[in-house]
Amino acid sequence: MKILVCIKQVPDMESKFKVNSENTWYDSGDLAWRMNEYDEYAVEQAVQLKEQQGDADLTVLCIGPDRVKETMKKALAMGCDRGAHLQDDESHKREPLEIASIIAEYARDKEFDVVFTGMQSQDRGSGQVGVLLGEILDMSCVTTVIEFGFEAGEIKVKRELEGGVKAKVKTTTPAVLTCQLGLNTPRYPTLPNIMKAKKKELLSSPAADLLKVDSRQNTQTMYFPEKKGVGLVLEGEIADLTDELIKILKEKTGVLA
Amino acid sequence: MKALLIAEYRDGKLLGGNNELMAFAEKIGAESTMFLVGNESALPAYSGKLYLADGNECGEYNPSVHKDLILKVVEKEQPELVVFSHSSYGWDLAPRVAYAMQAAQVSEVVDVVDSMPVVPVCNAKLRRNVKVTTAKAVYTLQAGAFSAAEEPTGTPEVEKLNKDSEGKIVFEGYEEAEKGGVDLSKSEVIVSAGRGVGKPENIEMVAALAEALKGDYGASRPVVDAEWVEHNRQVGTTGQTVSPKLYVACGVSGAIQHLAGMKKSEFVVAINTDKDAPIGEVADVLVVADLKQFVPALTEKVKSL
Ligand SMILES: Cc1cc2nc3c(=O)[nH]c(=O)nc-3n(C[C@H](O)[C@H](O)[C@H](O)COP(=O)(O)OP(=O)(O)OC[C@H]3O[C@@H](n4cnc5c(N)ncnc54)[C@H](O)[C@@H]3O)c2cc1C
Repeated sequence: MKILVCIKQVPDMESKFKVNSENTWYDSGDLAWRMNEYDEYAVEQAVQLKEQQGDADLTVLCIGPDRVKETMKKALAMGCDRGAHLQDDESHKREPLEIASIIAEYARDKEFDVVFTGMQSQDRGSGQVGVLLGEILDMSCVTTVIEFGFEAGEIKVKRELEGGVKAKVKTTTPAVLTCQLGLNTPRYPTLPNIMKAKKKELLSSPAADLLKVDSRQNTQTMYFPEKKGVGLVLEGEIADLTDELIKILKEKTGVLA
Repeated sequence: MKALLIAEYRDGKLLGGNNELMAFAEKIGAESTMFLVGNESALPAYSGKLYLADGNECGEYNPSVHKDLILKVVEKEQPELVVFSHSSYGWDLAPRVAYAMQAAQVSEVVDVVDSMPVVPVCNAKLRRNVKVTTAKAVYTLQAGAFSAAEEPTGTPEVEKLNKDSEGKIVFEGYEEAEKGGVDLSKSEVIVSAGRGVGKPENIEMVAALAEALKGDYGASRPVVDAEWVEHNRQVGTTGQTVSPKLYVACGVSGAIQHLAGMKKSEFVVAINTDKDAPIGEVADVLVVADLKQFVPALTEKVKSL
């Protein structure tokens, strides 16, 4: 079995963001980078499937500048066999169709049986790449997967719907699955596995060679939303803060009455 | 401008986002038609043309069956815009329809400025205006971003559609959310633990504050996913919708899916080390502090009142 997992490197969401000089994206300086949270579940599920199959081969793919290789090393340390880094300094500008098309061209002749992606990225949040990849390669795609099973060539999953309801669906390989938070418990790479990962194949090639579509949208401007919050912001010493808050709760709510 | 609105129906019921699609069409001044895989006995209140495929014949959601039906309507109506809710139905189906139409797809639209859709970035800390370069586009709308001043009225003029394709994905049934345990929808005070609590032992301090305030404790999704707290205490779109007198969010960033579950609270206090956390948008009071120090200190003072 051949498995592909597609990951993205994103900034820590608690970062102090700045808009870049062109006003089209956030500035990439001074940010801490990590694996997109949804993709951690995708990597874990891919590794679990590989372990279940025994003789599977698992590739992790990431599009982006050289720094994304750090995040790919984590995926290798979690258990992926090889890394395909599609080098692209402009990846932040690419819309989901371009990203999906690059992945599709990479995957086209490689006969992957199962492809995992996160259901969305934490920064752009479009949630389209996995679905578009499925459409381009004519593979079935199930999104928002919260439970995954594979048996006798059949993929049985649960999709998460609103209000905690789940839909049980099945399909056959080849298929793309987009992974939702809570699908599994992503493992922490152990030190021996981090050391082993250093020796694994991690090849870089230009993403531009695989880009076969024109973009259909771009970012006109990026900006901070106007603060609508009329709320009070309290800062200072803990002891003062607790007193202030208690005073407010007494005045504004009935709960301490 | 012509817009095709994709209404939603599941397990015998119309879903709530449909009114927001109409409010959106009205806001941008579009002429609209609607599409629904549903049932004639449960039609949306809508005064316009509705293309209806029978839910019994089509079965529950199947991506390629629904896509093919929508494409038939697109062919006939030639809309410039196809509009979905940003829901488990919309985000699954919209990219498929857009790909077939060779149209741009813009996800989770929260506003329209100068004819450009506006979407959130980085957990709503930033926004961007999107320039679509194709003649046609497909949007999904963030839940709650476009709401109608009044409930829509009217009876649609129905034109029936028949399905003529089968999907590769087989639907095998629904699994309902687990029931039982605490019912947060009735709580008057809720203190919620977010990922900012850091480790499972710290749930204790959040629960202690809830007890001191004579309320219940809740949690955000990562805390539930990590199994530090049981699922029936999760607040948000995939958990409980709550409306207490007081909601205290401890180490919760305020993602849209969390806000959707608690924004009807009467008074919101957020405790967060990040002054820019989006929870600040809905908080009446944002306390910028480390919850590990602040929460126990507050509990002590409340107890001594
Ligand atoms: C389809 C879908 C459905 C979803 N449904 C839900 C849902 O029902 N409910 C839900 O909650 N989420 C849901 N989510 C997930 C949601 O998008 C967010 O990922 C989640 O709400 C984040 O939880 P959090 O705020 O606890 O964690 P984070 O976003 O990681 O935020 C942690 C916060 O804690 C603060 N913090 C850190 N340390 C401290 C400290 N010592 N003291 C004080 N503050 C601190 C940080 O500044 C940060 O703001 C859903 C997502 C999707 C895609």
